[in-house]
Amino acid sequence: MKRWALTFALAAAFGLCVGPFYWLAMAATHDDKDIFTWPPKFWPGDHLWDNLAGLEESIGLTKVALNSAVVASTQTIGGLVVSVLAGYAFAKFHFRGKNILFVLLLSSLVIPSQVRLIPLFEMMLDFGLLDSYAALVLPGLTVPFGIFLMRQAMSGLPDELLDAARVDGAGELRIIWRVVVPVMRPVIAALTIFLFLWSWNEFVWPLIALRSPEMHTLPVAMATLNGLSETDFGQVLLASALSTLPVMVLFLFFQRQFISGLLAGATKG
Amino acid sequence: MTLLLDRSAPARPQGKPRRTLIDRRTLPYLLLMPALLGFLIFKAYPIAKSAWISLTTGSARTFVGLDNYARLMHDPVFWTALRNTALILVVQLPLMLSLALLLSLGLNSRLVKARAVWRLGVFVPSLTGLVAYGVMFSVILNRDGGLLNWLLSFFGIDRIDWLGSPVWARIGIVIALNWHYVGYYAVIYLAGLQGIPKELYEAAMVDGAGPVTRFRRITVPQLRPILLLTMVLCTIDTLQLFDEPYVLTNGGPDNATITVTMYLYENAFKYFDFGYASAIAYVLALLVIVLGLIQAKLAGERR
Repeated sequence: MKRWALTFALAAAFGLCVGPFYWLAMAATHDDKDIFTWPPKFWPGDHLWDNLAGLEESIGLTKVALNSAVVASTQTIGGLVVSVLAGYAFAKFHFRGKNILFVLLLSSLVIPSQVRLIPLFEMMLDFGLLDSYAALVLPGLTVPFGIFLMRQAMSGLPDELLDAARVDGAGELRIIWRVVVPVMRPVIAALTIFLFLWSWNEFVWPLIALRSPEMHTLPVAMATLNGLSETDFGQVLLASALSTLPVMVLFLFFQRQFISGLLAGATKG
Repeated sequence: MTLLLDRSAPARPQGKPRRTLIDRRTLPYLLLMPALLGFLIFKAYPIAKSAWISLTTGSARTFVGLDNYARLMHDPVFWTALRNTALILVVQLPLMLSLALLLSLGLNSRLVKARAVWRLGVFVPSLTGLVAYGVMFSVILNRDGGLLNWLLSFFGIDRIDWLGSPVWARIGIVIALNWHYVGYYAVIYLAGLQGIPKELYEAAMVDGAGPVTRFRRITVPQLRPILLLTMVLCTIDTLQLFDEPYVLTNGGPDNATITVTMYLYENAFKYFDFGYASAIAYVLALLVIVLGLIQAKLAGERR
């Protein structure tokens, strides 16, 4: 009886969480008129291709998705390199100012990110970087959470392993690449997904830093589409569904690492 | 291994350590260089600069002292935004965290089979980007064709104009927020639950403690650091609430859902009043820090 009630409650929670995605996938294949009829659409319609073609015409779907992919992958790889190097330094070396630097890096989490928007905007204007990939990628390369996560994970790395490599004459970069990175693979996988997810979904900063529609990322393009007086909801919902797809796939492949990474960040905090 | 050791031994010069540009002393700083450069240029400098901007007005940056802050105190829209934000926080924080805790208890229960599947399902909403889920919810909350009103109709509840009335628009935003984040926090709690030693529960059961007592005497105290962490995270996120009202209601109807960050954004990028917007940002930062400290202190005292 108890087991039955608990399973039922969880199934309800599951349905509430996943149900909207199913509805979204179905609604994305209908046109505007059908979406707003009662009852909601739970079966595929025949407007998928129309909506796709519409999106290509209104926001340049291919170009916009490509922008998102380029920005998110560059930022993810850059963020990984920065986090791994810094995490290694914090976890495995003693040096002057270590604690102060670490606290300083983390303390920036307390200041709302909105505080930085205006100076960042002006800085990019001065650099002539507005409306470029660089403007989106550069500010997000130092990720306090990533450095924190890598430091936590690497502090458990045995010194003997590193010393053995040093005795063998390996340089530090080589040690990082050949010894540290392979051992840290699960945590690095988790961080990879986090960084990609954040960058892929980033909205406010690209909205400010980008001007021309052909530079837009997916979220920015979706928002402009949604702001029009005659919003075509078939198109917007299809864009939403498509933008969610890559992260879903990524998550399904790496969910074990993803959750363990979340746990590492949460429990050791 | 010994072979390698032997080979490297004679290569090491006696006496003075080798002096090169990259030695043990400078190495950690070199490793930190990219992170620190990024931090200084794109975090520390903008944070410091916006403090200065908040003391100026106009595009010429005329110094006006605390005028912007004084103006804020008499700005009815700012107070509305602050009240809306506070209202959402007061409802949102306890609601979401208790739902998440309940959910994590269910996900952790041995009575339930296929826990991995349930866990996966409830976590998936937090993967959606804020625009994507904002757009999705603007249709789900639609009065005439929306999914939510359709669900409610089975319980005999009349259609609700979720985004059109001040009260329901706020509730609609809270519903959307909960859908998005509950699973995320539940998984964090789940991690904490799995870290609690099982012996504690076994001992309590031997002593005859019921489930409620075990929850109050073991689970809550053991989870306290994580509860504090999520409280602070949730406070920071809710105080900076922007995307949901921006996409769902655009602050309306009648400013009922305008938040502090939205007002900041409007001042900066609609009216280009950068000085005033920076002042809003700093008042918000101050609020976040003060609330965080209060929560940390409260959690510390109860220990």
